[in-house]
Amino acid sequence: MSTETIANPKVFVKDLNFFYGNYRALKDINLNIAEKMVTAFIGPSGCGKSTLLRTFNRMYQLYPKQRATGEILLDGANVLDAKQDLNMLRAKIGMVFQKPTPFPMSIYDNIAFGVKLYESLSKHDMEARVEWALKKAALWTEVKDKLKQSGTGLSGGQQQRLCIARAIAVKPQVLLLDEPTSALDPISTAHIEKLIDELKEDFTIVIVTHNMQQAARVSDYTAYMYLGDLIEFGETSTVFTNPKRKETEDYITGRFG
Amino acid sequence: MPMFSLEARLKRQAMFDLLFRTLTRLSAFGVLALLAAIIFSLVVGSMPAIHAFGFGFLGSSEWDPVNDKFGALIPIIGTLITSGIALLIAIPVSFGIAIFLTELSPRVLRRPLGIAIELLAGIPSIIYGMWGLFVFAPLFAEHVEPWLNNHIGTLPYIGPFFSGPPMGIGLLTASIILSIMVIPFITSVMRDVFDVVPTLLKESAYGLGATTWEVMWQVVLPYTKVGVVGGIMLGLGRALGETMAVTFVIGNAHDISKSLLMPGNSISSALANEFTEAVGELYTSSLIELGLILFFITFVVLSIARYMLYKLGQREGSYT
Repeated sequence: MSTETIANPKVFVKDLNFFYGNYRALKDINLNIAEKMVTAFIGPSGCGKSTLLRTFNRMYQLYPKQRATGEILLDGANVLDAKQDLNMLRAKIGMVFQKPTPFPMSIYDNIAFGVKLYESLSKHDMEARVEWALKKAALWTEVKDKLKQSGTGLSGGQQQRLCIARAIAVKPQVLLLDEPTSALDPISTAHIEKLIDELKEDFTIVIVTHNMQQAARVSDYTAYMYLGDLIEFGETSTVFTNPKRKETEDYITGRFG
Repeated sequence: MPMFSLEARLKRQAMFDLLFRTLTRLSAFGVLALLAAIIFSLVVGSMPAIHAFGFGFLGSSEWDPVNDKFGALIPIIGTLITSGIALLIAIPVSFGIAIFLTELSPRVLRRPLGIAIELLAGIPSIIYGMWGLFVFAPLFAEHVEPWLNNHIGTLPYIGPFFSGPPMGIGLLTASIILSIMVIPFITSVMRDVFDVVPTLLKESAYGLGATTWEVMWQVVLPYTKVGVVGGIMLGLGRALGETMAVTFVIGNAHDISKSLLMPGNSISSALANEFTEAVGELYTSSLIELGLILFFITFVVLSIARYMLYKLGQREGSYT
């Protein structure tokens, strides 16, 4: 399988297989994720792109009968190792989901929630952290006067940026975005895409999207997947303008999928 | 096949619709009317007692049918204490069961365990009462109460509540039986509301590295608080009004005592026990007033619950 040589890899995926019971949903995936770049996973529904993303923080472990084999190396340690502490792993790898999921608490507490799990900050430091995260997520100016109000009262796009702020408040190294704009209107989507571009200065970002234009707009590297196989992986410009594989070309030109 | 004209059909449909609407409205208002009628007859029935004792009825612990002196303090306290302790026991246990059933239990165990708990709710209260009197109370008297006497009864402040003769029947026994009776109600409501929490919301919390406890306590519980409080109120409503099981094990003594091990009385069990032997207008009227008080307590409890929810909502932050 095509393992593009990447200048500055952060995460190494080696011979990754994933099983839902007996069904093999990922087949010998090999790819590297570049540090402080955006890597996009694209492909038709059921191709395994979300499954692949959810192996990075072992979200699948919540459910019985789901398991992964192979290696995902982050800082030299295998994420899939049973000895890997799940909570520490998730401090390093944050995640944002298909739909905004603000917790039923104030905007301030939404951000502080994750931070409190790992650090005991003074009130002043916590306030600074919340402000930092909200600024990073380009939400500060909109909510700075209503931090005590419920996070569920924000608009959909604001809620999703709140979720991004919540994820980065923990200061993770990697940020997983699972179709982060699929529930949002075009303007909110544009906001989020712009934000992704800014966030890659600090974070390594992996995004799953079913919107090919979005992948082309925001990502530096693109992986095209089909039925659990990694079909093609490379720089986004190459994958979209000059794909090596016929299947990829068919998909991105809309002849299939 | 006979053909109906469209006009006739529409007219018939309109008529049925009107009939249907009238029926639903009648049912809804019927309930209101019934409620008003019950309150009215309770008030009318308790008038003699209200005239005779006034507000003193609430604060008096006297219950002397021979001399026609009645006071509601003992049954009121008994009702509040037994229901309160029952909830203290039932809420954490139900929360634990509900967490286990929704989050931790292997899938194959969920249904059988859930059904078992719902079956508990279906056991008639008289059976709880009999079991409490013949099985639980003797065991409690023999094994638990002596221990309470020796260990907790000697402590300062709370000691007096747990010392006394180990008789098996009393306020504490009634509270425990009540807690067993309300656990299935609270549990099944909690489980149902936990089940509808969006998977993504829980995954977001897990994704931040929260443990199961942190997810349940800080995210799932606030998200479901209305339902959870509703479930607790359902349990409390049952505990306040429960008659048969309590009558069996509470001791039915019009005595006031610090100790939870001593027999006491609750409003509903006083009513159940004494209505048949109540002779004289004032005796009957006093019992009816007890019923009115129970009604009032339930109403107040529900109002407090509403207010608590309102306050919780404020603390969480108002909606824009």
